[in-house]
Amino acid sequence: MSETLLSVRDLKVNYRVGGGGIDAVDGATFDVPRGSIVGLVGESGCGKTTVARALTRVMADNARITGGQMLLEGTDIAAIPERQMNALRWRDIAFIPQSAMNSLDPVYTVEYQLSEVLRRRGGMGARQARTRSEELFDMVGIEKSRLRDYPHQFSGGMRQRVAIALALALNPKLVIADEPVTALDVIVQRQILDQLRELQTMLGISVILVTHDISVVAYICDMTVVMYAGRIVEAGPMKAVLTRPSHPYTMGLRNAFPDLAGAASGTLTPIEGAPPNLLEPPPGCRFAPRCPFALDICTKVSPPLRELEPGHRVACHRADEAAVLRELAAKTETWLAHA
Amino acid sequence: MDSNETLVSVRNAQLHYGVGGALQALRGRSSVVKAVDGVSFELKRGESVGLLGESGCGKTSMGRLLLKLEEATGGEIFFAGQPIVGLRGAALRQYRAKAQLIFQNPFDAVNPRFTIRATLSEPLENAKIPVREREGRIIDALELVRLPQPQQFLNRYPHQLSGGQLQRVVMARALILQPEFVVADEPVSMLDVSVRAGVLNVFRDVRDRLGLTAIYISHDLALVRYVCERTIVMYLGRIMEDGPTEDIVHEPLHPYTRALVAAVPVPHPDQSHDPLPIGRGAPDPRNPPSGCVFRDRCPYAFDRCASEVPQLRQAGTRRVACHLF
Repeated sequence: MSETLLSVRDLKVNYRVGGGGIDAVDGATFDVPRGSIVGLVGESGCGKTTVARALTRVMADNARITGGQMLLEGTDIAAIPERQMNALRWRDIAFIPQSAMNSLDPVYTVEYQLSEVLRRRGGMGARQARTRSEELFDMVGIEKSRLRDYPHQFSGGMRQRVAIALALALNPKLVIADEPVTALDVIVQRQILDQLRELQTMLGISVILVTHDISVVAYICDMTVVMYAGRIVEAGPMKAVLTRPSHPYTMGLRNAFPDLAGAASGTLTPIEGAPPNLLEPPPGCRFAPRCPFALDICTKVSPPLRELEPGHRVACHRADEAAVLRELAAKTETWLAHA
Repeated sequence: MDSNETLVSVRNAQLHYGVGGALQALRGRSSVVKAVDGVSFELKRGESVGLLGESGCGKTSMGRLLLKLEEATGGEIFFAGQPIVGLRGAALRQYRAKAQLIFQNPFDAVNPRFTIRATLSEPLENAKIPVREREGRIIDALELVRLPQPQQFLNRYPHQLSGGQLQRVVMARALILQPEFVVADEPVSMLDVSVRAGVLNVFRDVRDRLGLTAIYISHDLALVRYVCERTIVMYLGRIMEDGPTEDIVHEPLHPYTRALVAAVPVPHPDQSHDPLPIGRGAPDPRNPPSGCVFRDRCPYAFDRCASEVPQLRQAGTRRVACHLF
């Protein structure tokens, strides 16, 4: 269980824009244990999708991996030739996109799209592909008779199930799901998450779940990695990170999130300001301009990710004071005074 | 302000769309989608009500009917005692000034080629506010939504603002003519969590300060709870339950509301992972089940649910459309 399937080390991804470049991911380090679901969480533009895309090496034309390693069972998939990488896709690493509506081809039946993967990538014959397709539909809870339907004939939730079936087609070791339930209603969202967890446990695969929603992380993930402005600010076992957040950004996220289980009178506290422009990132900690606890050093020196307790790592100069900061962070005044 | 005064009254509102063209009709396949089907409720002046439901439940259609962006195919809607069906010309323009919409996606709601000043001037022009008063009104509106140093935004274009700032501008535009009634359609669903809270706080604050009557359309009960003391739950064009939000959160009555409340994600590691008390797959809106539209997903359905449409009945603090109550 604790054996590592994927180990990302100091990953850097740069987007060329105009004359210069943006380090959308600037030194990401995290592990994905075998048989676990890792939630990669953060807001728009934090680099979470870029990390996910980098792992498949299917990226925008202007994106390039400029540093670091992505060790899948010891093999650095950042360094292998494209041909070798291509052989890994679907077989070892599969991808579930955010919007299954856009990723399925509207002019082909879903069976055709499944068999394309099974036959071309998996080397199966027609009959074998048919059997496997039926098996996959059974796994994700869709009637076999619907294999001959076109994507538009499915509801949003069903299409997402088709996308999961597609990703699982060749028994990958690692599934990367980019906001797989974001476009769905809460009831369908919950049902898809339950399905994903059930299949993940049954097949013993690892999942990287990219999301902006900490409640999705709380519901389904074993580990979580919190990103902010291209960097990892906190990572560790999900329970530890959510119940004892040790980076002020994670603390702030918790305050800003409406909580149906909490008291009605609770106030939501925003984190004032906006993430930095990555064309000119601030020196030091990138959260410092919005952080109510920032010291002088925070605006000058970038804090390294260090281990606070086994497996729980934080990039904050004041990580040792986390318990005290947590108490302060729970008060709205703390954040207002800063604004 | 008299809090018992009814500002908006909706009686048996219907919005039915014909789907399928002439060819489908010849084949006998043309059908009707009942986006809103017999919805009745009243809003007191100063009240905030959440319209809650999943995609396709009719919540946005209902909002559009209230603002007369869509003409009801049946039923009546009254604003301050006057029917809004049939409003035209000057009377309609007057209504539009009093009833405003706050859009979901701020980037789609403004013209990218308009500066913030132009964006906010437009409603003032339409309402024939004298030019010399406009700048002041614009600054006031931006201050109302707590945009710091509003002057600095006037000459900027939408793409130069963050999502949170632009949503405040959209809110300012809705408020600049001092409406009595606003419909906010998922106003924070496009915003990041850290920014969302700020916009919600502004919305609450402005509503209270101006004594606005508000409809807050959302699929997210946690957000509705933050903004509205009362919630109306819709499913397939009908109201399933209507009552104080806290009662609905803590003890949902309608089987659909129970599933909906159980499904709301919470940011805690320790939470129930029990299967939801609801069948999979929403029905085809062109062909909803007979009787209660929820019955084919309802774990409690019995014979009567198929034969008789449950009416919305008073049950304690609430109205519920279910044969169990």
